[in-house]
Amino acid sequence: MIRYVPKAKYSYSAGQAQSVFLNGLKEKKILGTVCNKCKKVYVPPKMYCEECFKPTDGWVELKDEGIVHTAIASFVSWTRDRLEEPIISGTIKLYGSERDYVFPGMFHRICTTYDKVRDMSIIGAKVKAVWNEKRVGSIEDIQCFKEV
Amino acid sequence: MKVAIVGMGWYGFRPSTPEVSFREMVFEAASRAYAEANLDPRKDVDTFISSQEDFWEGISIADEFAPDQIGGYLRPTFTVTGDGVQGILHGIMHIKSGISKVTAVEAHSKASDILTIGDIVEFAMDPIFLRPAAPPNFHFLAALEAKAYQRRTGMTEEDMAEIVSIEKRNGFGNPRASYAANLNVSDILSHEKVAEPLRRPDIADFVDGAVVVVLASEDIARSLTDDPIWVEASTFTETNYPGYAELGEAGYLRGAYSQISKRKFDGYFVDDRYSFKLLEHLGVFKADPLALLREGQLGEGGSAPTNVFGGLLSEGVPLEAAGLTLALEAREYLRKGYSSAVVGSWRGVPTYTGMVLSMWR
Repeated sequence: MIRYVPKAKYSYSAGQAQSVFLNGLKEKKILGTVCNKCKKVYVPPKMYCEECFKPTDGWVELKDEGIVHTAIASFVSWTRDRLEEPIISGTIKLYGSERDYVFPGMFHRICTTYDKVRDMSIIGAKVKAVWNEKRVGSIEDIQCFKEV
Repeated sequence: MKVAIVGMGWYGFRPSTPEVSFREMVFEAASRAYAEANLDPRKDVDTFISSQEDFWEGISIADEFAPDQIGGYLRPTFTVTGDGVQGILHGIMHIKSGISKVTAVEAHSKASDILTIGDIVEFAMDPIFLRPAAPPNFHFLAALEAKAYQRRTGMTEEDMAEIVSIEKRNGFGNPRASYAANLNVSDILSHEKVAEPLRRPDIADFVDGAVVVVLASEDIARSLTDDPIWVEASTFTETNYPGYAELGEAGYLRGAYSQISKRKFDGYFVDDRYSFKLLEHLGVFKADPLALLREGQLGEGGSAPTNVFGGLLSEGVPLEAAGLTLALEAREYLRKGYSSAVVGSWRGVPTYTGMVLSMWR
């Protein structure tokens, strides 16, 4: 048996769209891009509309509130240890888009109880972002989305 | 049925491109290619091909990230783990098999995002026989070939320096040639060795860049342009272990060339990420390339015009987009009025895989 640990390290360029988005998080803003042709809003943003294949036309600020589209509770860590408390996360459809095509939305942690995930009462619930006091321009500037 | 290139676009070709994500970079290249072809990818392109490798991307199953930026959102998109010329080869097969009339092919490099690129190259080496014995400098694999080529042909370090000097100067005037420079042979020979017989200037640097090619069937191509560039492509892998390779013989490129229709070429665009590779690869298409170098026959107007826009020594190595970078050079050359050109591409160390792209008008 030959053991080998690859030394793969990267520094991903966020690029134009995602850099603006990440800087917006520092200001407690969730920013998306919009295509004026199809009205699709991209959160996280893209500088091009994948549907129309043209540059997106501008920025929109979405509310840091929305409704839970779906949610899960995970009981196992990346290293397959049993977690004492499940990590609850899901996708949140944010308010503020003219066009309702699946999302604009985010995947993030949801501050709720396991019971509400199990009985699915969290799905469709209104949630709002809980922001960190110290924000660095990361998706982690939002602690979670909490029921309101 | 013939297949033609009806559009090409590129973006970047700088040592780093922090202003764009890899997807934005590809979108820019694709927009230019579709504008040149006068096609709307959302309506006019049948299949999309992305040439990429997960460890270059830093994302496993990176093909999931391929479609949107080339117009392939919710459309048939196919990935090729290899060089962009291999992507073109698959695109030709899409068209010749009848499943597509128009196919877009992309390849890109965000080499500047890879913090440990030497380790990634090492990770591509045979884990049992090669990695444990390898020196901590992946250029040793090219040096093995250089030494074998020197012994076989009599190529000197001065010859290698002459290639670097010519190629770095050829890059002036090429908008993609970030590494063009005015260096003479003594400048180059003043550098210390990286791996005998290679000095730092003998080795092309990595570069960020994206290239998109639009291929079309003969009828579509003739409807779009009066001057299509017809293409034929092939690929061949010799081995994955240097002990099994005919080092210095470019067997991978000879294997690829053996599958291509033979024609007279007006220009040669060959992978020169190591200076001596220009001769080794040119030798697949022309006899006695060392004599051609020494006789000054590699420039435009010579008997074997080779990498007349600077090659990878001037433009850099854009990972899997290297072959398409050479194809851009060949296209520029044909636009000057020449009738035919050939690209001899290589996936670089530690591979022994080559690609040939024949282009004619």
